[in-house]
Amino acid sequence: MNTATTDTSLALVQTPLMRTSQKLSIAVGGIGLLIILFTWVTRHSFASPGITLSVALLLMAVSVGGYAYSEYAHLPEGIKNNGVMFRSLSNRGIVAYLTGILLTGFYVCLYWYSEYLTGLIQLFDPLSQFMRHKAADQWFVYGSFYTFGVLVLGAKFIYKYRHNRYQIIRTISVMFFQLMFAFLIPAWMLMMNQPEFYFTYFWPLKYDYLFPSTISWLTSSGTHLGIFLVFWGAMMTLIATPTLTYFFGKRWYCSWVCGCGALAETTGDSFRTLSDKSLRAWKIERYLIYSVLVFITITTILLWVNSYMQGGLLGTFSLSVSKTYSFLIGSMFSGVIGTGFYPILGNRSWCRFGCPQAAILGIIQKYFSRFRITTNGGQCIGCGNCSTYCEMGIDVKAYAQRGQDIVRASCVGCGICSAVCPRGVLRLENGSADIFDRTTITKL
Amino acid sequence: MRIVIIGNGIAGTNAARHIRKNSEHEIIMVSEETLRPFSRTALMYVYMGHVKQENTEMYEDWFWEKNRINRVQSKVLSVDTAGKSLQLSNGNTLTYDALVIATGSKSNKFGWPGQDAKGVQGLYHLQDLEGMERYSPGLQHAVIVGGGLIGIEMAEMFHSRHIPVTFLVREKSFWDLVLPAEESAMINRHIHEHGIDLRLETELKEIQTDADGRANAVITNKDEKIACGFVGLTVGVSPNIDFLKDSGIEIQRGVLVDEHLRTSVPDVYAIGDCAQLRQPQPGRRPIEAIWYTGRMMGQTVARTICGQTTEYIPRLWFNSAKFLDIEYQVYGDIPGRTPEGITSLYWEHPNGKKAIRINYETESKTVTGFNLMGIRYRHEVCEKWLLGKTKLEEVLQNLSLANFDPEFFDAYESALVQQYNQLNNTNLTVKSKRNLNLVTRFLQRS
Ligand SMILES: Cc1cc2nc3c(=O)[nH]c(=O)nc-3n(C[C@H](O)[C@H](O)[C@H](O)COP(=O)(O)OP(=O)(O)OC[C@H]3O[C@@H](n4cnc5c(N)ncnc54)[C@H](O)[C@@H]3O)c2cc1C
Ligand code: SF4
Repeated sequence: MNTATTDTSLALVQTPLMRTSQKLSIAVGGIGLLIILFTWVTRHSFASPGITLSVALLLMAVSVGGYAYSEYAHLPEGIKNNGVMFRSLSNRGIVAYLTGILLTGFYVCLYWYSEYLTGLIQLFDPLSQFMRHKAADQWFVYGSFYTFGVLVLGAKFIYKYRHNRYQIIRTISVMFFQLMFAFLIPAWMLMMNQPEFYFTYFWPLKYDYLFPSTISWLTSSGTHLGIFLVFWGAMMTLIATPTLTYFFGKRWYCSWVCGCGALAETTGDSFRTLSDKSLRAWKIERYLIYSVLVFITITTILLWVNSYMQGGLLGTFSLSVSKTYSFLIGSMFSGVIGTGFYPILGNRSWCRFGCPQAAILGIIQKYFSRFRITTNGGQCIGCGNCSTYCEMGIDVKAYAQRGQDIVRASCVGCGICSAVCPRGVLRLENGSADIFDRTTITKL
Repeated sequence: MRIVIIGNGIAGTNAARHIRKNSEHEIIMVSEETLRPFSRTALMYVYMGHVKQENTEMYEDWFWEKNRINRVQSKVLSVDTAGKSLQLSNGNTLTYDALVIATGSKSNKFGWPGQDAKGVQGLYHLQDLEGMERYSPGLQHAVIVGGGLIGIEMAEMFHSRHIPVTFLVREKSFWDLVLPAEESAMINRHIHEHGIDLRLETELKEIQTDADGRANAVITNKDEKIACGFVGLTVGVSPNIDFLKDSGIEIQRGVLVDEHLRTSVPDVYAIGDCAQLRQPQPGRRPIEAIWYTGRMMGQTVARTICGQTTEYIPRLWFNSAKFLDIEYQVYGDIPGRTPEGITSLYWEHPNGKKAIRINYETESKTVTGFNLMGIRYRHEVCEKWLLGKTKLEEVLQNLSLANFDPEFFDAYESALVQQYNQLNNTNLTVKSKRNLNLVTRFLQRS
């Protein structure tokens, strides 16, 4: 039997509930991580880079699998949140801070000090040569880790929610889009000497896809593909986004397709309770996210004006604005803070406070979409599970207690509130009728 | 006018909130348990580590300030109805113009030997949760006495910390006074599936203690001894109103109230778990110690106090719970034993963890209740059918309107209808699929 007092070994990962098999799994993953860290720091690998990397990744995958198996397999299907608030990793304990430091350190190197990543980059060379016929660079390393995280922790997530088909399908979807459209296809395009293009990212999240420089880069090759890619990007931004959001809400993108969402929903799942639910946080969210949207819109317009006038009016001003955006928002906010601070701020702080794509989708969702979360009459007992597990910091409970439907710009439709509710109160739905009625009526 | 509310549970806070909505009266809420109102229903999730105590708080602090609801943390020792004042445990007296009693319940104890030993307790107040925390480290075995909703929650709580549990249930089958036989059997199986040692038809005889006065075993009515370091007593609750004994307010089991929630003394009202209706609606009990009653009574009493005298008319009976992993919802009347004149249409999933039951009058085929296990149904739709005395066959053909399970979940309405067809040689089909627009249209139709 494991209880708080009998468990003292491996103090770093101590929780009252951890089984020996889980500690073992963590140790296996730890070895994998150490191999990678060792190679990163010393620039020496034990075996050839290909073998070293394969062994390390395999160990980590086995670790996650073993941990999940011993956590979930012996119990019947159902919600598995026992001990979430006691774990060091998911509850801002020391493990969380160490993870945060490691992640932010990695991001800082990635964006500004890639020379410190040489050890790591070497490790990925064989894979890069195989996939892209090109030497690895820091971005390839990043993309590989990212995809690995989405796939391995996505599998864990599916196992955890194996009783919930919405979660299973949605997770398979993000895993698929990440693997195909954000990893394999761009690599393949490079191999074919084509532009490395990400079909599932559009302006304004991938802000440079509507920058004049990108468009001229894509079209300069003169191929049909280049023209198609420009057309694709514009179509997705201007037509597909509003249409799909009208029918299904923001979720079609944020929790089904987007790569940032993919990482948040899989690798970030343990951190979803950390989002700030206070009214103050909601206020900050609204100021911040729309400011970023305004910022990128102005930046894009400036660049076009500048390109139209061939630098005549603005000189290098618009370029420096776009550089500032890419430094402040593109790297600092979405990368270092957005992902590096997962264990501290939660898994969706970028999506909630920063992402201009989310801002647009959110406006459409709030005012024009058929999507809403309906509440089931008077069944809510105010237990707070829904709000606690909302990664976007929405106080779902406040609506559910009043019997109001939930129509919030930030909701990404992950469906976890509905899954964890012990009274069957919440349902994600699409319907055209009386969205405003249902959000204002208070039922008994 | 100064309105004092004793108790900050769901009944008291909802009363306060709605009094503020309807008026500018001064509101003071006195409660001994916590300063910040929280949801009692979530106690189990705090212990299991799903949520933190602060996640269960009903509102942020600014809410109380913005709505000018003053909170005092203190125990009310006595009420002087003649002088319209309260004696508080912090030494102060507090006068009122109107008083709302919303003091909730306390756990029952039935005079067992050893019931006051260390490590023996119920689960109702936050202090009980602290007790469970205190005795959990190193705990080798816990015994829970009483097979109701709180009992199974307590069993699940210990189970979540890998502490073995023996669960003593007096009845032949879990909660079979309320659940029909099939559903009750389903929960028995599920409790076993989780590895909880369920002992049916077993009662507590006595609790034994060690030299320190801590429980170390229980003796059952079958004279079996079960060693344990903790005994959970979950044999029901009763109104927490001892402090009113000498107040002159008429009490029985609870504080007696009329249909306007007024007690025998003018300007004194009682709501929630502690209120006992003199004349409950037909088919309803005088004390309904559940969350929803407190919420609705709070809202009703607020109207009356603010000058819009309103009768408390509970709507259609509904309730819900979760037995480990199996959710349960009930709408309308589903008695544990199906009475004469009522027929039950019951379908169970082959996996034995999901079920739909619809009761109807055998003669008229009017639908009287829905019971759901592991499946979610829409409250408003079921309520509309039941209040509208809808006939079974119409309900069956439109059953998907009621389905509230998440998207992509299998729908079982057709399976149920097929079962009905086989039993009755009919040829009904389910007309549509789940669809919110159809539901809204149905609900708007008068
Ligand atoms: C573990 C548990 C799980 C539950 N789950 C469900 C569920 O799933 N569904 C459901 O419908 N119901 C459930 N219930 C029942 C539900 O919680 C109660 O019906 C409801 O909380 C009662 O609300 P209330 O406002 O009447 O009283 P309470 O919530 O009991 O609030 C009364 C408050 O008054 C305070 N008080 C008492 N006496 C004094 C005094 N003399 N002076 C000052 N303060 C005083 C108490 O400390 C308490 O804080 C559950 C109860 C428990 C304990
Ligand atoms: S999880 Fe369900 S019951 Fe709990 S507060 Fe949210 S909606 Fe209400």
